[in-house]
Parts: sequence; structure tokens; C-alpha cells
Amino acid sequence: MERQVQRLRQAFRSGRSRPLRFRMQQLEALKRMVQEREKDILAAIAADLSKSELNAYSHEVITILGEIDFMLANLPELASAKPAKKNLLTMLDEAYVQPEPLGVVLIIGAWNYPFVLIMQPLVGAIAAGNAVIVKPSELSENTAKILAKLLPQYLDQDLYAVVNGGVAETTELLKQRFDHILYTGNTAVGKIVMEAAAKHLTPVTLELGGKSPCYIDRDCDLDIACRRITWGKYMNCGQTCIAPDYVLCEASLQDRIVQKMKETVKDFYGENIKDSPDYERIINLRHFKRLQSLLEGQKIAFGGETDEVTRYIAPTILTDVDPNSKVMQEEIFGPILPIVSVKNVDEAINFINDREKPLALYIFSHNNKLIKRVIDETSSGGVTGNDVIMHFTVNSLPFGGVGASGMGAYHGKYSFDTFSHQRPCLLKGLKGESINKLRYPPNSQSKLSWAKFFLLKQFNKGGLVMLMVACLAVVAAVIVKEYL
Amino acid sequence: MSATDPGSEPSLGVDTSEDTLRRLREAFNTGRTRPAEFRTAQLQGLGRFLQDNKQLLQDALTKDLGKSTLESDISEIILCQNEVDLALKNLQHWMKDESVSTNLLTKLSSAFIRKEPFGLVLIIAPWNYPLNLMILPLVGAIAAGNCVVLKPSEVSKNTEKVLAELLPQYLDQSCFAVVLGGPEETGQLLTHRFDYIFFTGSPRVGKIVMAAAAKHLTPITLELGGKNPCFVDDNCDPQTVANRVAWFRYFNAGQTCVAPDYILCSQEMQEQLVPALQNAITRFYGDNPQTSPDLGRIINQKHFKRLQGLLGCGRVAIGGQSDEGERYIAPTVLVDVQESEPVMQEEIFGPILPLVTVRSLDEAIDFINQREKPLALYAFSNNDQVVNQMLERTSSGGFGGNDGFLYLTLPTLPLGGVGNSGIGRYHGKFSFDTFSHQRACLLRSPGMEKLNDLRYPPYGPWNQKLLSWAMGSQSCILL
Repeated sequence: MERQVQRLRQAFRSGRSRPLRFRMQQLEALKRMVQEREKDILAAIAADLSKSELNAYSHEVITILGEIDFMLANLPELASAKPAKKNLLTMLDEAYVQPEPLGVVLIIGAWNYPFVLIMQPLVGAIAAGNAVIVKPSELSENTAKILAKLLPQYLDQDLYAVVNGGVAETTELLKQRFDHILYTGNTAVGKIVMEAAAKHLTPVTLELGGKSPCYIDRDCDLDIACRRITWGKYMNCGQTCIAPDYVLCEASLQDRIVQKMKETVKDFYGENIKDSPDYERIINLRHFKRLQSLLEGQKIAFGGETDEVTRYIAPTILTDVDPNSKVMQEEIFGPILPIVSVKNVDEAINFINDREKPLALYIFSHNNKLIKRVIDETSSGGVTGNDVIMHFTVNSLPFGGVGASGMGAYHGKYSFDTFSHQRPCLLKGLKGESINKLRYPPNSQSKLSWAKFFLLKQFNKGGLVMLMVACLAVVAAVIVKEYL
Repeated sequence: MSATDPGSEPSLGVDTSEDTLRRLREAFNTGRTRPAEFRTAQLQGLGRFLQDNKQLLQDALTKDLGKSTLESDISEIILCQNEVDLALKNLQHWMKDESVSTNLLTKLSSAFIRKEPFGLVLIIAPWNYPLNLMILPLVGAIAAGNCVVLKPSEVSKNTEKVLAELLPQYLDQSCFAVVLGGPEETGQLLTHRFDYIFFTGSPRVGKIVMAAAAKHLTPITLELGGKNPCFVDDNCDPQTVANRVAWFRYFNAGQTCVAPDYILCSQEMQEQLVPALQNAITRFYGDNPQTSPDLGRIINQKHFKRLQGLLGCGRVAIGGQSDEGERYIAPTVLVDVQESEPVMQEEIFGPILPLVTVRSLDEAIDFINQREKPLALYAFSNNDQVVNQMLERTSSGGFGGNDGFLYLTLPTLPLGGVGNSGIGRYHGKFSFDTFSHQRACLLRSPGMEKLNDLRYPPYGPWNQKLLSWAMGSQSCILL
């Protein structure tokens, strides 16, 4: 593994990945891969998550095509030097910030959206000019295999590599030195990744998780709210890091919510949910059993059926949930929606703030003031008001967590920035040394005044005279620089 | 809060670190630090602290590092004042929600980025610019709405005293606290949970800080260091280059993280540079630099001894004198140094400048690229191409062409490292951004549900086509 990283580092050092043309070629190749091998990719995702190919397309492939198009259209602008406003002392110089690649980047994916969580960061890392190693999750085996097969066929094999394996291989990989690590997964492993990164002072982006609360106000369009929440909760069988994890609402709303969501589930998946091609399954037995145990002792208002053979868990709603019960202690990551009743929005805000900062927060209300208040008085990675999930799809918004839900962000230009070093540059000429005399010792009171003049923004009484003299000095310097 | 016994350590009464942290966190949770008025008042307090205590601060800096008034002013006090003023002037603008564009699927929604404070921030400052490297991050942390624990360096004792005794009097003490101690106390402090840690210091300690932060998943900025190379091309005026390099090297007696650490040049250039450097040094500090009021001193015995040891490397071309009583080291230039010698193995952080000869620009670039990415990189040449080559084929925190770290005084340029020289950046608006969480917000209306129907099951093939179209950026043109 060390040799592989070395190989990529050598290739990076050769400078091949830096010209924009090269990066765009790689991105175009990636786009061709997604388009030409769509069938294989969709089949792999479908096999891993028991997902219909249509869902696989709309959940994963669409996003990647959008991201690649964004990068192709915007790369020249993103990679260009950004001029910086100058002060009097640097007026004749060039001052700008130049984005540069970092070097060799590691991307560790997760199993729940196994394609997009590798590909979207990969697009950003390539666009920023880096060499990249991707480590897909071993739990989504088929996608891991297809990525290992396809990526080398379309991308430069010296600069981009796929490493597959389990915990042992990942641990070995984390011992190597990278110039940035982007990890998507859970909090516990996030800490391990950051600790490993600390040994090499490697910057990290950690996309973690948590319990994303969903507050439903009394004054809201309950039909719409329930429809949207049903969609966001049960997509991918609840295995979405930004799924609404639990609902907070006044007790009086519970029954109506259950009723409406029940109807919506029927609309979406039909009478016999197991037969719907649009409803997924739990990734593996371990998670299936974990979710089953969350149901113990709970009041199941709707759903609750499970089938171990197919790892099927029905869309489920729990009511009157005790905040101290197991289902409220861990990120659910499954098709189980607990409803916790609160007296009012104040109690909801306190409930949220008593817990770790979540990756996403949702509020349903007609009252914009209330929505703004909840946003003002809480913190989270992101927020969608009157809907769920959707802030993920706007790639002009950064996607990332805060506190226990993560650090850093990506998507669109934020991906580019995450995988770049923004290097400040100040370029002077060697002429105009006379101005510099001001700063050289031996020091004196008058030099001190000059120094203050140049550095401080405020002028004192004598400032006007100094200003005129300074202008003359600048004019002199310009003449010297341009004509001598 | 001031110590009654002038000789004793400043104390914070019976407030232990843990109590302090709890108190500050509680204050943050009340929302006290969020309104613009509060932040403005704190920044104004900071400004008054700098103005009221200018003399005291200058004296402290002189006692700690032998800093001349000019050096204290231009590298510490004025820069701090500027940063405070910049934040006061721009606070409202920085705090505003940032609107962003939406795709067709989310049109008629409002999408924006909300800048939020992280919560409880820890700032650990070093001893070389003990005021600047504490206050500049503090300005950003306050502007962003956080509560802050300040841990000044115990090595710069006199500045530490002023900060501990006086600074809290100008700030809301329920939200800001100064914590004192050495490496052990700092280690203890780091076991607690913070919402952001800002550390300036060495890469070695940077790793310790990051490992501690990892236990709580605390985001960090690490402003570290390294050996900042300074390439001098044959095509240049040696005296001009010598003036500039000498000024930046010997400023603060070389104890600057962005100072040029060593020179790379040809043998021919070296022969011209050495006398030019001598000229510059004599001009700046006189024939006996030890008597110049404009040359600083080494911070303590430990570093003095370390630097004294480095004087034995290579051959002394200029200077080489030292005086233990004053912790004085003469502005020194070394030649004929080997890469394996200590002076080329560690960050010098003193008034010693080794010259390393290379045969070409390519060799210089290779030399630099074989080493850790430095915090700063300098290239001197009349030929723009040469400067640009150096810039394009290397990496470093920041880059200065034909001058030293002047770019630090431009708040529109960020200061930060890369690789071993650090993570993150700050100064000006970059400080505000560093200490803010950028929260993505999308506010939709309950209406337009028909448009949403596209995304609901059961699915047919036409869903796929319409969805792709609606989510693409090109489709925005329609609305």
C-alpha cells in the first residue's frame, strides 16, 4: 500500500495532473464512464441496496452527472488566481490568491449511497488537480467491485487508484501520508480517521451523522409535510445520513401525522409494500438486527413488520416515544420514525440543543418567523424548511456537518476549495528601493510616524501633508518602475 | 482581577479550568455573544485595551524579546489595531446571510448560507509575537460570535502578565477568559471539549493538538512553521536583495515563522551577496550590533543555547558573536553548510542565515520540493519568468516575490500553511470565516407540490428524464 501511495505521489510530482486541459479530460472520461456503463453501475447499486435501477439513477447517477457538468463549466474560473485588494504599501505590486492542488488525496466512501459518496468527492479532487485514492465501502460489495473495474479503464492509472478491502486494509491505508482525507461514515470511525491524520498533520473533511430532527409546527400544511417527510424518511429504506431521524411535534398532531403518512406510504409503495420495486432493503443482517432491537418496547402506530430473509423492514412509525429509549439514543439509519411529543417550539428547541449538533434539521411551518427562530436558536450542518433532504441537491450550498456531525464541507465549488490550497502571493519588483528605506533601521521617531502612516488607516492632523508627500513618492516609484 | 503582589504569578482566583469552561459554555448557550451589538462592544473593548495600554505592552514586548518600539508598533500593536478596525467596519457585512443560486427543482425557494459561531473556542498563542498572535485570532473569534478561552504563551512572561491581568477587564468576563500554565496545564486543557481550536506553534506540538482535537471531533486551525527557502537568482541587484532579506531575517532577532530561513543561490551570487549582507547589517545595526536599540534578543536560555549551537555549522561569514548574559546573538551569515548539519535540519528561528549553493533554478526547485512544504517561500529575480517558475513548481503556505513577508500586512491575503506548515488560514475576513460554521439553508414553500410529484414513487421512466432536466444547472434559464 505504501508503494501505491508512492507511485501516485511520483505521478503527482511530475506535474501531469495540473494543467486544466488534463483535468477536464479526466472529468470528461468520468462522464463517459457514467454514461456508457450506466447499466453496470445501476445494476451494482441495485444489487447492494435492493434498489430499483430507477432509484439508483435518481439517487446517485443524476447527482454525479450534474457535478461533472458543473466542474467542466466552472473549472477555469475556479482554478484562476483571485486578485486581492491592496493597500498603499503594496499598490504597485501584484497580490492574489492562487488555488493549487494539495497532492495525494484519500476518499473513503460509505455503503448507503456507495456510488455518489465516492464519485462526488472524486470529481472535486480531480478538478482541483490532485492524485486520488478512493476506498469504497466493503459493505456495498458490488459497487466497490464495479468502481475497481471501471475507474482504471477510464482514468489515468498512475494518478487515480481504487483500493478495496475491510477494516485491516483501511487501517493500513490510514497509516500512509496523504495531503487530504475526506471520510464519509460514522462518528466513531471519524475520530479514528482524524487521529490517524493528526500523525501526518493531514487536513480532513469528515462527513458524519447524527439524529436529524424534524419539527412539525401546529400551523403548517400537514398533508404536504407528511408527504415530503414520508418521501425523505423511507427513501433508501431510511439509510440516508440526512433523513429526518425523528419527529418533534405537539401531542395533538401525532394521530393525524400517522394517518397521513400511512396514506402516503400506500400511495408510494402500494398495498403490499414488499412487492414495490421502489422500496429498498436493509444493507446487511447486522444492521437489520440492530434496527429490529430498536422496535422493542415501542408503541408501533404503523408498520413494524420485518422479514429477516429479505432484510425487509416495513415503513414504521412509533408514537409517544420516550426520549431515553434506545431508538432515541443512536442514529436510526432505517425506516423507523419515532415521534416525540413536545409542548411547543420552545421545548423543541431545547430538546434539539440538549443533544449533539445534527447533520440536518427540518422545520415545517407556515410561519416564516418561527422557521427563522428555530434556525437562529439551534445549530446543524444544514437546514431545509418545509421539506426534507433538498438542501443536498443545491450545489451552490456547502454540504457538511458541525460538531459531532462533522467538519468541512463539499459539493460544487466547495469540493474544489476543499481539495485545494489557496496560496497567497505578493509579487514586487526589485526597483523602488527608496520607499523601503522607511522601514530599515536605524529607527527614528520620523520613521515611526511614516510606518504608522502607511499601516494605520486613520490620518492625524499632519496626515494631509503626509498624503501629498506619499503621492509624490508613489508617482516617483511608478516612474522608476515603468521607465527605468 | 489584578494580582496584588507584583512578583507573583497572575491568578484567576479560585476558578479552575473546568469551571471556566463550563461557565463560558453556559454563557454561549444563552445566546449572549450572538447579537452584532455585543460583538461590536467587545471589539471596541479590545481596541481600547490596545490604546490604553500601549506603553505597558511595548514595555512588556521589550522585556520579553528586546523588541524596539518600531518593531512592537508595526508588527504587533498597529496590526492588532488594524484588525480590530477592519472587523468593526465590516462586521455587519460579514454576518449577513449569503444568498446562493438554486436549481429548477428548488426555484421559488430561498437558499442561503448562515454564518454561525461554533461555540467555545480555544486560542493557543506562541511567544514570538505574543500580542499579535493572540489578538488577531481573537478578533476573528469574537466577530464570529464565539466565547473564547485564551492561552497565552508562558514563555513570553511579561506579555502574558499584561494579557492575563488587563485584557479581561476590557471584555465581558462571562464569555472570555485567559487561562495560564505551561505544557502540562495546556495538555490538561486540551483534554476538554472545545468547539474550535486555533493553535500557533511548532509542527511537533501541532500534531499533539490535532490528536487531542480528534478525540472530540473538534475542528482546528494550525499555524505551524518550517524552513522557509529564499531563492536568489543571478539576475538581480545583490544590495537590494541583501537589504530586503536582511531586514526580514533579523527582524525580531529572526524569531518569525515566516522569516526567510535559508538562501539558495549560485556560488557566484553568494560571493556578491555576502559583502552586500554585511553592508546591510552594518547599515541597519551599526558596527557593533549588540549596541543597536533596533535589534531584538532571544526569548530565553533554552533557545539561546540552541542557536549558539547552530553557530558551529558551516563557516561563519558574518557575525557569529553571542552574549549569554543578554541572550544576544549577532546577525550571522553562514556559508559552506551541509544539508545534514543541524542548521539545515530544523527551523532556525534566530538571527542566523545559512547560504546554500545550487547550480541552477531547477536544482533549487528540487531542493525545495524534497523537503516539507514551508510556511513561506521567497524568490528574488529581475526576471519575472524565474519568479513565476519558482511559484508554479513549488508549494508553500504563502509566496513573496522580490520581498519578504510584507504580504502579512495585507488583510485581503490569508495567512496559513500547507502540509507540515499548517492547516487553515486567517487574517481579516478569513478569520471571521475560520471561526464560523457555514450552515446551508434552504427554505421552501409548502406550495408547488405538483413539481415535487416528480420525485415521489411509484416511478416510471419519464420521472428519470424530467428529474435530470430539472436538477441540471442549465434548466435555470427557463424560469
